[in-house]
Amino acid sequence: MSAETNGPLGGAEQTFDAGLPQRKRVAVAWHTLFLASTIIGVIALTALLYTVINQSFGLVAVQNRIEPASLAVDGVPLAQLTQEQYVAILQANLSPGVFRRYDSEQPFTERSRENLYALVLERVVQPRYVKTWPLIAAFFDRAAIETEVARDFPGAKLVFRSWVTPDFLRSPQASAPELAGVRTAILGSLWTILITILTALPIGVGAAIYLEEYARASWATRLIRTNITNLAGVPSIIYGMLGLAIFVRGAEALTSGAAFGLADPTTANGRTILSAGLTLALLILPLLIINAQEAIRAVPRSLRQARYGLGATQWQTIWRHVLPSALPGILTGTILAISRAIGETAPLVVIGASTFIVVDPNGPFAKFTTLPIQIYQWTSRPQPQFRNLAAAAILVLLALLLTMNTSAVLLRNRYSRRA
Amino acid sequence: MGVGMTAAAAGTPEARASHEARPAHPLQRRRRPGEALIQGFLAFCGVISIFTTLGIVFVLGRESLLFFSKPEVTLAEFLLTTHWQPAVGEFGIWPLVSATVLTSLMAMLVALPLGLAVAIYLSEYASARARNLLKPIMEVLAGIPTVVYGYFALTFMTPTLRTIFGANVVEIYNTASAGLVMGILILPLVSSMSEDALSAVPRSLREAAYGLGATRLEVALKIVLPAALSGLAAAVIVAISRAIGETMIVAIAAGAGPNFTLNPFKAAETMTGHIVRISGGDLSYDSLDYDSLFAIGMLLFLMTLGLNLISQRVVRRFREVYE
Repeated sequence: MSAETNGPLGGAEQTFDAGLPQRKRVAVAWHTLFLASTIIGVIALTALLYTVINQSFGLVAVQNRIEPASLAVDGVPLAQLTQEQYVAILQANLSPGVFRRYDSEQPFTERSRENLYALVLERVVQPRYVKTWPLIAAFFDRAAIETEVARDFPGAKLVFRSWVTPDFLRSPQASAPELAGVRTAILGSLWTILITILTALPIGVGAAIYLEEYARASWATRLIRTNITNLAGVPSIIYGMLGLAIFVRGAEALTSGAAFGLADPTTANGRTILSAGLTLALLILPLLIINAQEAIRAVPRSLRQARYGLGATQWQTIWRHVLPSALPGILTGTILAISRAIGETAPLVVIGASTFIVVDPNGPFAKFTTLPIQIYQWTSRPQPQFRNLAAAAILVLLALLLTMNTSAVLLRNRYSRRA
Repeated sequence: MGVGMTAAAAGTPEARASHEARPAHPLQRRRRPGEALIQGFLAFCGVISIFTTLGIVFVLGRESLLFFSKPEVTLAEFLLTTHWQPAVGEFGIWPLVSATVLTSLMAMLVALPLGLAVAIYLSEYASARARNLLKPIMEVLAGIPTVVYGYFALTFMTPTLRTIFGANVVEIYNTASAGLVMGILILPLVSSMSEDALSAVPRSLREAAYGLGATRLEVALKIVLPAALSGLAAAVIVAISRAIGETMIVAIAAGAGPNFTLNPFKAAETMTGHIVRISGGDLSYDSLDYDSLFAIGMLLFLMTLGLNLISQRVVRRFREVYE
């Protein structure tokens, strides 16, 4: 009996054994491969963040046209002089024409001490960054960098600098990398996004309500659904071309503000914040509709039935019950769609974002630039200082997106706990 | 009861009860103009998406027709010749298409194997803790704007490639760098779509295979992968379509100026890169250049639309439905 059970089983064990170590080796090899791929993904993200942070901080060799020390009066350093002394320095170092222009922009007597000091630094001291080094080099090659500066740029001072500073956020675009900031770009982004939200949110939620609550199964409904799925896959640059033809050219009278007598006199064409916002609205609409549909679909049917049973009309049910329950989901989806819009660059380049703006946008009919556009332009410049500026602007953009996405996740978590 | 609709809309049961206590025609559906108006508005919102599509087709179509109706251009020249130099009236699309294909191919070489491997790892191997850590990382990767990837390509990938292969081999602007970074950009898309497809395969299938003595790898590769094939194929096609339409990475890192080459270390301009560069400059609306952009856009639209339609067809046609 034991021979009988051992016989076939023993044989099976042998063939089983023969293949097993090999199978296990293959399994381990593939497991390692899968794990390695995942780690490569993590490394990619790390490398990306490393590159941006590495370029956002670092050493700069500053060369002043006039040394601040030589501007000291009676041993009092430049930073602690009085207003009158600053004005005297300006008068001594600027050409009379330039001096008068500043005075007519805002009389020197009315300017604050900080303002005058900044003006002295900008126009008289004129610090120039002759060369920059990234963060890692600043830590590990400091000695080599110091000798290089001493050799190549005598008179230049080596300073550690963060490219993201409050001044960077506050100052407008400028042609000199020492002074350039992202103020106009941030304001442009905010204006554009405001227009996008105002148009895309009601239309997107409306379309989702229609598709989920009203639409009957018909060919038209199927067409709309298929169409939305396909629109979500259209490259963003195509939306840019659509925006260029429809909003910038076709509806120029409306988007330039000429129809309302509000056109910006310096440009008066359709390449405005309004056109940009509307283009981005069309771009995120499919995404928004799909997200809102899911949120509305998640509201239990029983809720609707109960309300109908009490005699409510369809719209009352939707407005008072379905929408409030679906609201967190809709908001989460909206935030995600908006963060997609904030990062969009290509369609805005196509519809004609301005390359250089120093004045704040003052309304929907102003010409515009946005944060990603600014990053794109700085990245495209050959001078390395602009790479640093681009990295700093990327940090600002990523911080903005991170804030939005975190709030979306928090919203989602709160929502799912309640449900 | 002069309040009528407003009281009903306010919706207190008392108001409703007294309101409906005097039905003239109890079985007739009451007209509610307000509701009809709202429904009309909502339907309009739904139809806007159709208008968008029509708008795209109309705009691209009209300008493309204008372009091809010009005496300088013929459709045959557009589709068959290999020089794109609008300045001298040469409009052969192939240099732009070849660069697009090249960057997309590079991207797929990175994104498909890695994305699939990540998906299998997350869905079949990873513990709940590892998944909770890794999935957000992939989501972060997916949420980074493409212009940032462009910056990454130019300041990290290109110098790295130049160090590895030599600065005389790799040009400052090259399609390899753009393609590789595009692969990283598309990786999360592939992995998340594939993971969805893999986790849709019912547990019972896996359990049955384990019961027959299969290893985890054999279950993953021989049971789950074939069962999820339609979803995986769709992911691949969507990824290709995304790569073809990707703009900012190639605009920043791949180079300016059409170049008919298959050498990934040389600069070349893709269709999207060309559209961005030309429209970013000062462009007059009545020029041939302007119209040519829309012809390129039309081709781009048709390519991506075709791929997306195929992917939907694949999902519908080959999906295995499990109860």
